[in-house]
Amino acid sequence: MEAITDFVSAIVLLLNFIVVPGLSYGSQLALGALGITLVFGILRFANFAHGDTMAFGTMMTILVTWWLQSKGVNLGPLPTALLALPAGIASTILLLVVTDRTVYRYYRHNKAVPVTFMIASMGVMFMTNGIVRFVIGPNDQRFLDGERFIVSARNFKSMTGLSEGLSIKVSQGLTIVVAIILVALLFWFLQKTRTGKAMRAYSDNEDLALLSGVDPDRVVLVTWIITAILATIAGTLYGLDKSFKPFTYLQLLLPMFAAAIVGGIGNPIGAIVGGYVIAFSEVMVTYAYKKVFIYLLPQSLEPQGLLQLLSTDYKFAVSFVILVLVLLVRPTGILKGKVL
Amino acid sequence: MSNTLKTQLAFSVIALLLVIIGLVQSWNVSLGILNLCLISAVMALGVNMQWGYAGLLNVGVMGFAALGGMSAVLVSQAPITEAWQASWGRLLFAALCFAVTIAASIVCYRKLAAGRKRNLALALVIIGGLALTRFFFDPAVTAIEAIEPAKTGFLGGMGLPIIFSWVFGGIVAAGIAWCIGKVALGLRADYLAIATLGISEIILAVLKNEDWLTRGVKNVTGLSRPVPYEIDLQTTTWFIDFMRWWHSGSLGVLNEAEQQLALKQFVIDGSSIFVKFCYTGLFAGVLVIVLLLSVKALNSPWGRMMRAIRDNEIAAGAMGKDVTRRHLEIFIIGSAVIGVAGAMLTTLDGQFTPTSYQPLRFTFLIWVMVIVGGSGNNMGSVLGGFLIWLVWIEAEPIGVWLMAFSTGWLDEGNAIRIHLIENAQHMRLFFMGLVLLLVLRFSPGGILPEVVRKQGS
Repeated sequence: MEAITDFVSAIVLLLNFIVVPGLSYGSQLALGALGITLVFGILRFANFAHGDTMAFGTMMTILVTWWLQSKGVNLGPLPTALLALPAGIASTILLLVVTDRTVYRYYRHNKAVPVTFMIASMGVMFMTNGIVRFVIGPNDQRFLDGERFIVSARNFKSMTGLSEGLSIKVSQGLTIVVAIILVALLFWFLQKTRTGKAMRAYSDNEDLALLSGVDPDRVVLVTWIITAILATIAGTLYGLDKSFKPFTYLQLLLPMFAAAIVGGIGNPIGAIVGGYVIAFSEVMVTYAYKKVFIYLLPQSLEPQGLLQLLSTDYKFAVSFVILVLVLLVRPTGILKGKVL
Repeated sequence: MSNTLKTQLAFSVIALLLVIIGLVQSWNVSLGILNLCLISAVMALGVNMQWGYAGLLNVGVMGFAALGGMSAVLVSQAPITEAWQASWGRLLFAALCFAVTIAASIVCYRKLAAGRKRNLALALVIIGGLALTRFFFDPAVTAIEAIEPAKTGFLGGMGLPIIFSWVFGGIVAAGIAWCIGKVALGLRADYLAIATLGISEIILAVLKNEDWLTRGVKNVTGLSRPVPYEIDLQTTTWFIDFMRWWHSGSLGVLNEAEQQLALKQFVIDGSSIFVKFCYTGLFAGVLVIVLLLSVKALNSPWGRMMRAIRDNEIAAGAMGKDVTRRHLEIFIIGSAVIGVAGAMLTTLDGQFTPTSYQPLRFTFLIWVMVIVGGSGNNMGSVLGGFLIWLVWIEAEPIGVWLMAFSTGWLDEGNAIRIHLIENAQHMRLFFMGLVLLLVLRFSPGGILPEVVRKQGS
């Protein structure tokens, strides 16, 4: 009997520290990577400003959330930020459309090389980052309200009688649900609607699409709108789950790039797969397995060290090592990239 | 306007700005800015070699600068003998195991035929080797970090004068660049950018976490200096005499007691300016050497070959140029220059703080310098380094002043006014982005564009 409870405890431990955080972080990365991959597929450049676009969207959402909170509006158990999301999305769409009109369109019409776009996106990154820091400051901001847990560790313990607790935060549950809905909508849009098909055609073969009467300006506009929606939601979910700090969002750029490339850049399914691959490897490699083995192994074999492969600060290194491995072994990514 | 005239004009403007800062704020501030301008210029030269000569997009400048900073620590700090005694045997074994692992995996890769068998063998060798390495390495680290963790807790350095670290920093950066180049240089331009961005984060993660090597986030402070200390200067006779002579005009009109007091103040002020001036001399020396070498290299057959490769890789390859080797070469050289600049920066700061390395300041700002100054033109990069650093520093007081001025109609305690003035410093990021975009759009060659020499002229 005790062997079974120990085994279940070990499973719960893994669920609590690896599966749940991995799933929610992976969903956030996947949404971010989808934005990068869309821009890469349609506009054909690596967008360095994406992390700061996320920060901008989140900041606008936070500002509206605070305003709503001051008016006494809330969503009960759910965070008020959900109510503020549409406003955040709208302002991010505005930001992206304006940057496209003022910056990228010129290079697009002049058929500039991708590297020029990329350097331009660095400029946009600076400007967006400046705006975010100017408006909300460089410090941590918390804007989570409502219920904190779907299942708290204590309730779980008293319910099951196990010594290990499983906690699922509202923000984590919300992340996963929202990600599933968004991804389903995105795929429906890309596969079934006329505009979505035009986007896929444009991404596959620009000249052929133009010959068939696809309006390039419209395709680009829609791409930026979708990117804005994905970026704002991804950023807000990340902010709810952890906390909002402009610098962290700049750092998120790397795992998001890694996710997009590992999955196969330009391929939306790849971005999602990549997001989870990166998230789970980050969580798994930096988790200390000592307690799991204490449950699983007989007492005589109890492990001495923490059994942690790498310290938590090597998170980014993990995503990058995977990136390099994939680039060397299979440069197109896990799923073939380049086409929407 | 010819490029030479433009260069002279641009540098005169910079000099004028520095003089104005010296008169309005203080000479101390002005020289401080000049020193960092010089370091930025060296860094920009390094990036210019990679991007301007060869078209390699290195977005990992921060990592190489941090490696230079690390070598300043490793060269100048006194060795911690207890730590070495406690760990040298295990460290030796760990290094041996690591070397054998690498050698074995290379042999595996070369000798075995590609396929599942090779992958399996490689994985086994690497995992087994690393486990064995850590078996020796982990206790060694524990032993090192246990020795006076509040004061040292690391291996220390070589105890040499810190100025050697400028060379050593270049060598370390070059070595790491060789490893990175071997892996990443085959990638397409945008993948290379992302890869180098990632590598710089890894380098920083290592520097922050490997306490036995760099003390990690506990920082190393009080690095030795290549120039005299202010406090020593203030008690040195020749310096006091020098100050007396320098200020003899203003001292002459005072009476005896006032003279003593005034002289004391002059000596205190003068000593800090003198120290900064010594640094300026050293940095300017390095800049001139690097600049001369880069100009020579760019105008040599080698430089021509580089530009040919940059402009058309396939054609250059068809002419028998070894594109991969040349790319590796220039990547290593450029990174070494960045490493030298990183070591100089840490020397100037007198401390090594891994957390202070941020990509915006150490990677993207350097890129703005190169693009704005003029990629492919060495003088352009130097100019970009000077100009952008000047703007970066002075944008803060000017921004605060502008905000205070434009919100003057609001009353003192107004929340919006306070917020605007407090956050005005962040507008410089916005401003940098704007400058980059404007230059990229309206003058893509930068302020001093690359000089393309035609046949026969």
